[in-house]
Amino acid sequence: MSSIPKPPVRHPALPRNALGLTRRDYEGAMSTLCAGCGHDSITAALVQVFFELDLPPHRAIKFSGIGCSSKTTAYFLRQSHGFNAVHGRMPAVATGAAAANRELLAIGISGDGDSLSIGLGHFCHAIRRNVNLLYVLENNGVYGLTKGQFSASADVGSKSKRGELNAQRPIDPVLLALTLGATFVARSFSGDKAQLVPILKAGLRHEGFAFVDVISPCVTFNDHEGSTKSYRFTREHYRDVAPVDFVPIRTEISAPPDGDVGGTMDIAMHDGSVVRFRKVDEQYDPTDREGAYTYLRKRQDQGEVVTGLLYLEKGAPDMHGINGTVATPLSELPYHELCPGNLELQSLLEEFR
Amino acid sequence: MTGRINDFAFKIATVNGTGSASANTLLMEAIFRMGIPVSGKNLFPSNIQGLPTWYEIRVNQDGYAGRPAAVDLVVAMNPATYAQDVAGVRAGGYLLYDSSWPQDEALAREGIMVLGAPLGRLCLEAFQGDRERTLLRNIAYAGAVAALVDIDLQVMETALRETFGRKPKLLDANFRALRLGYDYAKQHFRCPLPFRLERMDATSNHILIDGNTAAALGCLYAGATVGAWYPITPATSLMEAFKGLCERYRVDRETGAKRFCIVQAEDELAAAGIVIGASWAGARAFTPTSGPGISLMQEFIGLAYYTEVPSVFFDVQRAGPSTGMPTRTQQADLLSLAYASHGDTKHIVLFPANPEECFTMAVQAFDLADRFQTPVFVASDLDIGMNDWMCPRLQWDDAYRPDRGKVLGKEELAQLGQFYRYLDRDGDSIAPRTIPGADPKGAYFVRGSGHDKFGAYTEDGAAYQEVMDRLARKLAAAAEALPGPEIRSQQGAELGIVSIGGCHAAVLEAVDRLREQGIVLDYMRVRGFPFGRAVGEFLEAHERCFVAEQNRDAQLRNLLAGETGVVRDRMIPVLEYGGLPMTAERVVQAVAARLAEVSV
Repeated sequence: MSSIPKPPVRHPALPRNALGLTRRDYEGAMSTLCAGCGHDSITAALVQVFFELDLPPHRAIKFSGIGCSSKTTAYFLRQSHGFNAVHGRMPAVATGAAAANRELLAIGISGDGDSLSIGLGHFCHAIRRNVNLLYVLENNGVYGLTKGQFSASADVGSKSKRGELNAQRPIDPVLLALTLGATFVARSFSGDKAQLVPILKAGLRHEGFAFVDVISPCVTFNDHEGSTKSYRFTREHYRDVAPVDFVPIRTEISAPPDGDVGGTMDIAMHDGSVVRFRKVDEQYDPTDREGAYTYLRKRQDQGEVVTGLLYLEKGAPDMHGINGTVATPLSELPYHELCPGNLELQSLLEEFR
Repeated sequence: MTGRINDFAFKIATVNGTGSASANTLLMEAIFRMGIPVSGKNLFPSNIQGLPTWYEIRVNQDGYAGRPAAVDLVVAMNPATYAQDVAGVRAGGYLLYDSSWPQDEALAREGIMVLGAPLGRLCLEAFQGDRERTLLRNIAYAGAVAALVDIDLQVMETALRETFGRKPKLLDANFRALRLGYDYAKQHFRCPLPFRLERMDATSNHILIDGNTAAALGCLYAGATVGAWYPITPATSLMEAFKGLCERYRVDRETGAKRFCIVQAEDELAAAGIVIGASWAGARAFTPTSGPGISLMQEFIGLAYYTEVPSVFFDVQRAGPSTGMPTRTQQADLLSLAYASHGDTKHIVLFPANPEECFTMAVQAFDLADRFQTPVFVASDLDIGMNDWMCPRLQWDDAYRPDRGKVLGKEELAQLGQFYRYLDRDGDSIAPRTIPGADPKGAYFVRGSGHDKFGAYTEDGAAYQEVMDRLARKLAAAAEALPGPEIRSQQGAELGIVSIGGCHAAVLEAVDRLREQGIVLDYMRVRGFPFGRAVGEFLEAHERCFVAEQNRDAQLRNLLAGETGVVRDRMIPVLEYGGLPMTAERVVQAVAARLAEVSV
């Protein structure tokens, strides 16, 4: 286990955010993952994101499937409702909850087994529906809880702990998401919090399905020599092509949004906050879906792990936008606005004669 | 000779996809509007165009609505099924065919009267265009039938006017086609036939409605806002009806904003997950499906049971196993619903027998799901769901308010020291829940993995069992809160008969007919599972009970034996599982034969 139980004592000097909450208020139960697990770093990043964005924890809802990654929803935001669903089908549960209450901030945590094998169809269709959900895929290329089988994201030639070489081609979730029309596609690395945190912030503020693939090495089963999802391999082949800063809504924005200003490019989110791309690779345009796809394929063939906020599309309607749902959460509509009453029923039944 | 009045059946054989449904509906509606009890059964293929399809209409002054045992008149519009159609007419009955072409050899049969009307030729002469001619030939046979059995032509014309009122050209063509068939029959046959209609006043406070539409109305009135589904026969029309109703009653007139969200999911698994997610987040949500969908939903059903998420499922049963016969009816999902999913589970299942109950039970399902925080199934079948039934006009009590069960809000939470999701605070086996987003104090973590009464992960046997035992007690308590059995006792009855859902119409009729033969039975129709005490008591009170149901393995009987402790041998199965609805005939014969055997 990577952490020890912490007493719920608050040090008076702990920094507080605009809501008067400390970082500790955004934490959850003690992690039961292996020491050094990449997933715990992602959990810590999410805590930081919520703390820094001054978000009330109880307005978030957390979803996960089954697997090591899916356990982590218990390890952050203890004051949020969480739903650890069945293997691979978390996107369906999250879709339902998002349908019922469009005001809550939905976060889905999944793994490569969860999203790319047993739940591949659900993952694809949540993208298609553009459910307003920050979807984090904690990708380690391996089944941890069942002790080391290759997952669908394992690269060809990657070596398992037992020495087997993976022969089947991987499903790349980023390429898949781009193909399916995802409106927010990012890849990051659990070992690079500085990159990950602004991406998660932007994803949380994105109105629609925000997909973040995070390479998150499994220290027990996939961190050895010959693995392509190890800390070492990732660090050595890592290429940050589209790093971003996230400028929350209340911050004074110096540069006009949506512009190329001195090497940075700003994209305004629906709530007025801004995603600021800095030093984007000259050959890379994060608003060009086709270009992004081609670039990623090319770099991948060269053995690079391309990271950053790789694609962002503004203004596409989310599930409720497509449906034309009322602004009030459906779960909060008073009954009298839902039931037409007996008089209407009797008039309707005239058509059934 | 006056002949039989308001007691006969006729059947129309056509080709799927040729537009005969509207003509058949027209016939049924006209009879209904003449005040005469009528029922219709659409026997259709799993096909879009080209395969044979039939529509059976039964007229019965006493209101018996089960499938008829014998057909008095067949309207044979499909040469491909002539042989079958000729064989389907009762001895002494009639067959009407389209004599535009020479009479087929297959149509010859001793003991029936074959009537030829050149409907195709008449339509060819009167109308333009292949499609129009094909469609109007249907209206022409409706006209001929009207002449043969004395359907009031004015009533039919009124119905046509309601349908085509805004399209005068179409209306005129339909009127002419109706007259073509009617006049030809009047001029060439001895009308009416020895069975015919006479106006009654038995339908005034009734409607004609199918069970799926009625169930959709129930969902609307219960306040359901989220619907998730994957298209499947015969459940599709339930969601389509719900969608239509929502578009009519739930769209803001000024802004166009929708007070509903219907998700056509990628599969039934997702549909179940969406319902669970939406219900957990505080909306009323449901999914309609059929057997194959229920199979796919098993995993999620277990999750909802164990994590106690209210959720409503409609199973419009069709013939299984596997793909089975998608357009044929059965009641073969009883066992798989009662104990759906792996591990120890048990579920609330409601069994409507007609559209009226589809409506009321849909509402009850949402209340029960919220109150007991568990999946609730409404198990109808294709016959109830997709066929039009005459039923008492639905009524809505405007005083109704949804029973959301134990939900703790801000104030209640403030009074609690600490909220624990699965803690039974008052001993009724139901632990109060909270809705996400309402209050930080109400936060909890749902897990399908082993959990203790506080909601924490556990692998401790005693802590796990404590929750499992409470779930068992909760379901046992639910048994008495469900709609109780409908019991019809008769003086002097020593034997009983039990049935469920869509068997009801046939069994009601059979009980009456058996009484005429001197066999007196008490009747119980089971309406909910788990069974309340009254169910076991009925079985105990009768030395033997017949159990009528529509599946091969006597699933209801098995459930009754397993759940009430009544010895299996005291229950005699009466089974129909060929895919068509149970008939009174079948019940009468099975009961009479068995009793004859016993008394010998």
